[in-house]
Amino acid sequence: MSATVSAVTGQATSAGASRAPAAVARIRGVLGVMPLLSRIVAAIGGGYALAALLSVAVLALPVSRPQAVIGGMLGSFAVYAGAVVWVFAVRSATRAWVGLIIAALPLLPFAWSVWTAAAPAASP
Amino acid sequence: MTVDVQDSPTAPQARGIRQTMSDLHIWTGLLLGWFLFAMFLTGTVSYFKEELSQWMRPEIAHQAATPEPAVVAGRIAKELDTLAAGTSQWSLRLTDDRHSVADAFWRLPAKEGARRAFKSAVFDPQTGEKVVAARETLGGEFFYRFHFQFHYMPVLWGRWLAGLAAMFMLVAIVSGVITHKKIFTDFFTFRWGKGQRSWLDAHNALSVFGLPFHLMITYTGLVTLMALYMPWGEQAGINSPALKKELTSELSAFIQPGKPSGEKAPLASVEAMVREAESRWGSGNVARVTATNPGDAAARVAITRGEGGRVSMSPQYLLFDGVSGKLLEDRSSVGAAAETRGVMYGLHLGRFGDDTTRWLYFIVSLAGTAMVGSGLVMWTVKRRQKLPDPDRPYIGFMVVERLNIAAIAGLPLAMSGMLWANRLLPMGLDKRAEWEVHVMFIVWAVTLLHALVRPAKRAWIELFWLGAASLALLPVGNALTTDRPLWRSVAQGDWTFAAVELMFWTFAALLTYLAIRTARHVPKGKPAPKAKRAAPSGQDGTPVKAGARAAVKASRMPPPPPSGEAGMALRSGGEGAR
Repeated sequence: MSATVSAVTGQATSAGASRAPAAVARIRGVLGVMPLLSRIVAAIGGGYALAALLSVAVLALPVSRPQAVIGGMLGSFAVYAGAVVWVFAVRSATRAWVGLIIAALPLLPFAWSVWTAAAPAASP
Repeated sequence: MTVDVQDSPTAPQARGIRQTMSDLHIWTGLLLGWFLFAMFLTGTVSYFKEELSQWMRPEIAHQAATPEPAVVAGRIAKELDTLAAGTSQWSLRLTDDRHSVADAFWRLPAKEGARRAFKSAVFDPQTGEKVVAARETLGGEFFYRFHFQFHYMPVLWGRWLAGLAAMFMLVAIVSGVITHKKIFTDFFTFRWGKGQRSWLDAHNALSVFGLPFHLMITYTGLVTLMALYMPWGEQAGINSPALKKELTSELSAFIQPGKPSGEKAPLASVEAMVREAESRWGSGNVARVTATNPGDAAARVAITRGEGGRVSMSPQYLLFDGVSGKLLEDRSSVGAAAETRGVMYGLHLGRFGDDTTRWLYFIVSLAGTAMVGSGLVMWTVKRRQKLPDPDRPYIGFMVVERLNIAAIAGLPLAMSGMLWANRLLPMGLDKRAEWEVHVMFIVWAVTLLHALVRPAKRAWIELFWLGAASLALLPVGNALTTDRPLWRSVAQGDWTFAAVELMFWTFAALLTYLAIRTARHVPKGKPAPKAKRAAPSGQDGTPVKAGARAAVKASRMPPPPPSGEAGMALRSGGEGAR
């Protein structure tokens, strides 16, 4: 993953032996871990958020409420797993996030309609 | 476009999908791998939890023929009239082929205990009376509970941890399949005695052979607790008590007590209700009888259908008026999504099948356990060859290696320790059931200590041998401490008791095999013999140390691609520094 690469650059510089570049390399090494951390957050947090969003959005479907709730729960784990794979499959952390957001966008209005409809507690 | 390091000009070409998926597979498999191994092994054993429970309660005599369930239900309902007098609800689990005793629990009246206090008892199906003589134990139920909620932590934490581990597993399976190029041909490939290659082949074979099962068991495992893991749809959409009730009735046959009328009325014949249910579902298919407000004019009785003969856990029950005995409701189906969930749940538990099905579940599940175990071991096998000094590996390697030993070789020993405690702890011991569990964890902790102080290979071998000996001697311990030795079980045709002990021997044989193979194992493919590696340090300590440190750093990183441009370049760089 990206940590591998950053460590490579870090090591190559430290082999160069002068002190100032070594410090720079260290900072670069720390920064180099950031994309990986970003991906991990995208996978665990972002993936879960996407799955949860789907499980709410399906309630907008014209089927009985309990069935929609159960169906949403059933499908959510597949979405979660898919999201995690996506996050690590793409070329960069930025793309990973963008992909998650693009997947979430069409779900948002449906989830929104469920949330706003939920406020006046009436059974459909 | 992006700020990722990989896109910078100094970085090598973006790695292929197989490589990234391989990394994902390795790290999701490793991070919670020890939990997964424990979940898999205890879960595998749980397919025979009823049998194990019988073995752990030797006082309850073998039931050559259990009386008719309807008669048993009637008897125990009468017994509960006095035993659970004044309760708002009791629920009775009936006997079947595998479950030779009936057990019941009931809600305590509000004033007597806390808000939701329950009491439970085990009943002899022959007499309908409460069994007092059985030793206090959680039985096979413990392993079952442990496999999804662990122990020594709040139940909810345990379930979340199990869910996280299952999610990691799911990702590991998907990424593992993507990584695996020749999934079909490799299944027929096995290279014995070739070190890392053999481990890889074993891991592949175990995984691919059971792939549909592993995928199913992981996903359905998540489904069993999905309302906990994904509550958002329910929170957003189920906003009235009526909807809440509707949802619950799609998922569970457990009826909640309504308001009592306050007027006393005796409970109608439970036996007749069970017979009515049997006439619809066939005999032996009634699992549970639940009565709410028994003894009150508003009493209700639900007769719940068992899991035999239908691959589903969806609720099916008959609801009777508890006083007149009139059938009020025949709930025989649920909605499509709920039925899907019911089928997935049923598939996970595998209780629908006969003995053959159960054995198949057990064997494939054991292959799943071995899959996780071999994956964990491979992590170290792969990296050991690259260690600069195999006697002093870096800390991460050591942690994985030692945890592997304690988890894989230590757990069977610890589990057998619990079974020994079941036989040896004094009968009158306070909190005996809990102490059985404590003993298991004490043994497990000792195996970890053992793994830490002994050389790795010795630790593997010794723990395997100890586990084998402990399991092999269990039937002997049983013969000495109970009046149900193996030969008597066989003579009396008590095949449940006998089969459990024969399984101990099978597992003992398996562990013996592992011990012997580990002992005979000669690591292959070491890049250089130890003497050669040690030589430079004799000449000059410092530079070698620095070089070693660089190499350690290198091996600490995620594994280099097998084709290896980046990895090779990296290592030659490290050696250049030397």
